[in-house]
Amino acid sequence: MPATANTRMNVFEFSIILGLASLLAGFLGALTGLGGGVVIVPLLALGFGVDIHYAIGASLVSVIATSSGSAAAYVREGFCNIRIGMFLEIATTIGAIFGAFLAAGTPTKAIAIIFGLMLLGSAVTSSLSRKDRSTNRPPDSLASTLRLNGSYPADGIKTSYTARRIPLGFGLMFGAGTLSGLLGIGSGAVKVLAMDEAMQLPFKVSTTTSNFMIGVTAAASAGVYLSRGYIDPAIAMPVTLGVLAGAMAGARFLVRARVRVMRLVFAAVIALLGFEMIYNGLTGRL
Amino acid sequence: MAPPHTIPADDRSLDRYIGTILRTGMLLSAAVILAGGLLFLMQHGKEPVSFHAFHGEPAEITSVRLIAQGALRGAALQVIQLGLLLLIATPIARVIFAVVAFAWERDYLYVSISFVVLVVLLYSLFGPKGG
Repeated sequence: MPATANTRMNVFEFSIILGLASLLAGFLGALTGLGGGVVIVPLLALGFGVDIHYAIGASLVSVIATSSGSAAAYVREGFCNIRIGMFLEIATTIGAIFGAFLAAGTPTKAIAIIFGLMLLGSAVTSSLSRKDRSTNRPPDSLASTLRLNGSYPADGIKTSYTARRIPLGFGLMFGAGTLSGLLGIGSGAVKVLAMDEAMQLPFKVSTTTSNFMIGVTAAASAGVYLSRGYIDPAIAMPVTLGVLAGAMAGARFLVRARVRVMRLVFAAVIALLGFEMIYNGLTGRL
Repeated sequence: MAPPHTIPADDRSLDRYIGTILRTGMLLSAAVILAGGLLFLMQHGKEPVSFHAFHGEPAEITSVRLIAQGALRGAALQVIQLGLLLLIATPIARVIFAVVAFAWERDYLYVSISFVVLVVLLYSLFGPKGG
């Protein structure tokens, strides 16, 4: 390991504190549909003085864990739409590869600033109030051809829905994949935006399908980051285990939680981290 | 215009199998990471931590073959890295299963869609790395 100024903690203390912080991040990430990944990179880079490349590597693995852990619960409960997820994964995986190639030539300062802007964007979109859409509309013909429709349990009643504005949603998903590959995040906020706002799917269908897709999107970037050496087992271990435990707890909680207050609190935290990342990027401290 | 399709009854069992794959992969990789982590903390817990500068990782934890060899010897970092590899493989296993399951349902549109995703994933893992 390279020598640094940050030598106050020993490995045991570092692992425990980082594991507990990751647990909280995973819990809030699963509950809000934003993924724990958005706070892992600032947590590691700002809080623990970890180089941003290691931070992105650990974050990427942790978002796969978040996705697998919570999606396993969602698909069984019938919120998640597997066909919509699979179709949109074409866009997110191609975007993820594009983003990973972009990351090769992007300096740390620029990554920090882009990351900060992404956090501010996430904070704004996640704090907007959302209503579930009305469901009694004529079906979209492209959605019918691609079978991008379904039903989900709303307050115990089976409620059907259909996707709309599919090219717009597909394009936004490419952007979500690019951000994922560039920043090592799940891009849950952009995925939820694409499904909830652009394709007008019910909010719980959007968040759960987003979580479901995050694993495949992040896997498209993870192999590239692994072979470049951005995934350090000593950092990824506490982050992954913490996020996994938190995500599993969050998934159990989501079905009966009032997510609005939680989302506002999480949005405020994300906005603060966004300003911090931009400041540190501009002043060259990262 | 084609009539709106409803979810086929089989999709509920598709949901269940995919849930099982994700849960199994997640639990298996978590167990391996936890085992490697405990080993790592027992061996190196008292050492000072230092992660600030990026110098890349040695081949022992970036090459799949060397990770597997190290993990079999019981080397802590390679055991953790093997668990991380299993975690990365879990969503890929889910896509492979989707190709097979949609073929079983004779839903060839979604066989093609899942297959495209699989090809993109394999390209990202085995194609050029861009530096």
